[in-house]
Amino acid sequence: MAAGIAEGGMVIVGAGETGARAARALREEGWDGPITLIGEEAHPPYERPPLSKDVVKSLEELAPKLALTPEEMVDLTIDHLPRRCAVAIDRDAHLVTLDDGPAVRYEKLLLATGAEARRLSLAGEGAGRVLYLRRHEEAVAIRAALGQGKRVVIIGGGFIGLELAASAVERGGQVTLLEAAPRILTRGVPAVLAERLAARHVAAGVDLRTGVSIARVDLDAVVLADGDRIPYDAVVAGVGAVPRTDLAEKAGLSVENGIRVDTTLMTDDPDIFAAGDCCAYLHPLYDGRRIRLEAWRNAHDQGALVARNMLGVGEEISAVPWFWSDQYELCLQIAGLADAGATTVARDLGEGAEMLFHLADDGRLVAASALGSLGRVAREVRVAEMLIERRAKPDPAQLGDPEVKLKALAKG
Amino acid sequence: MSWVRVCGADEIDEEDVIRFDHGGRTFAVYRSPENEYYATDGLCTHEKVHLADGLVMDDIIECPKHNGRFNYKTGEAKGAPVCINLRTYPVKVEADTVYIDID
Ligand SMILES: Cc1cc2nc3c(=O)[nH]c(=O)nc-3n(C[C@H](O)[C@H](O)[C@H](O)COP(=O)(O)OP(=O)(O)OC[C@H]3O[C@@H](n4cnc5c(N)ncnc54)[C@H](O)[C@@H]3O)c2cc1C
Ligand code: FES
Repeated sequence: MAAGIAEGGMVIVGAGETGARAARALREEGWDGPITLIGEEAHPPYERPPLSKDVVKSLEELAPKLALTPEEMVDLTIDHLPRRCAVAIDRDAHLVTLDDGPAVRYEKLLLATGAEARRLSLAGEGAGRVLYLRRHEEAVAIRAALGQGKRVVIIGGGFIGLELAASAVERGGQVTLLEAAPRILTRGVPAVLAERLAARHVAAGVDLRTGVSIARVDLDAVVLADGDRIPYDAVVAGVGAVPRTDLAEKAGLSVENGIRVDTTLMTDDPDIFAAGDCCAYLHPLYDGRRIRLEAWRNAHDQGALVARNMLGVGEEISAVPWFWSDQYELCLQIAGLADAGATTVARDLGEGAEMLFHLADDGRLVAASALGSLGRVAREVRVAEMLIERRAKPDPAQLGDPEVKLKALAKG
Repeated sequence: MSWVRVCGADEIDEEDVIRFDHGGRTFAVYRSPENEYYATDGLCTHEKVHLADGLVMDDIIECPKHNGRFNYKTGEAKGAPVCINLRTYPVKVEADTVYIDID
């Protein structure tokens, strides 16, 4: 390792969506000292959502869609250190040690280390052939494995597995999707909408099997516990993500399903913050609940918020959790935490689109979820989000009545 | 100048937007809370998504996909994820009909 210490100023570990947004926001907020963005990947910060969608669907190989271009980093004087991994933090000396190159001194440090694909421990000679998806290179490898008539086995009925199933079908593949639970999307998605999505996959020709377990992966087939063999050309697993907390843990920071932060995204150490997929925080709208989101807009919003707080603003999180997924022509959007609701009210959005409002015991709107075309769902979920943020208690009869304009409720 | 008829003035709600396709191009035409009319390119500059599916709030149109925001009166992109401004087009209302100049 090269000796020496570089003065990093505001130092960010992890050049993903959160790190990129924070770096940009630090400049927008007026910080004129150094900004150092350390990222293990070779690319400038890029967006991950297209990886399971456009990147694998495309007939040509696509370049990553950048969240911050090299030109912007030059303009904003952001010092990006690609292919460099932060391996230790010395909190007393305010130093971050890299796997290669001089240590970096920080004034404030942001951990934006994100999450990584959970790995399965599978038996069988083919286990090493299972593909995973978190990075651009992995999407490129999956893209190359899809195509007309290709037999694709997808392990896991979460968002990434389902989006990959839809993409593989669009590429002309024959898809089998294996889910261990009795239904797909067990976490955070209302059963009614999950069932509608499942039906859409079946209609597209996906062989959707729930409640199954895998005995082993052979070189040419996935073998189920009941002995059934499913031959494959490609097998991909999407079985969730694990927050990258090792660096924080080694530095003695608390970890609780993510790096533990307060409502301003500060860790136990007032000079170290964490944001995005790697952090677990208390959301003021859902009192007492520590949550960790894996969602693009959260990364974006927290990146902007944490930049202000690194500069001493002390602003609390207020953004409503929000997530979308695209599968076939359908768009699923969820604002708030659907499982915080006690009752639901359904609203018909027309053209087969459906929306659910999730109300707490006291009548407060805590979440809204909708499935349909982007044009049918987006505005309505956005208005619901404003109601959630305001802790509104809208009249359920009005919510359920498609004749009543939601926007009028939000204004009233 | 190339004025094209869009729709009747009351076919756009107050503080709302509609999509207007013409000659292979797509536009978004707005009616502000002050009852003035505006027009911009129809697609978001981040990904090609129809802005008319988004929400109008005061002088802002918010993209339905990732909530990128633009001022629809000036076309100004209000920050990440949208960095490229929208092109705007002149609009006139004559005899209760909205026209845009698509040159
Ligand atoms: C395939 C896919 C599809 C998705 N689709 C959607 C979607 O449709 N809708 C949605 O809302 N969300 C979606 N997401 C989630 C969204 O992309 C994430 O929430 C977002 O990327 C989180 O950003 P982040 O910066 O916190 O973490 P990441 O994007 O994971 O970035 C963290 C970065 O830090 C680097 N890093 C980690 N540790 C170190 C270290 N010690 N030293 C140096 N670098 C380090 C990592 O290599 C990585 O580049 C999707 C995610 C994936 C993977
Ligand atoms: S497509 Fe409009 S903000 Fe992304």
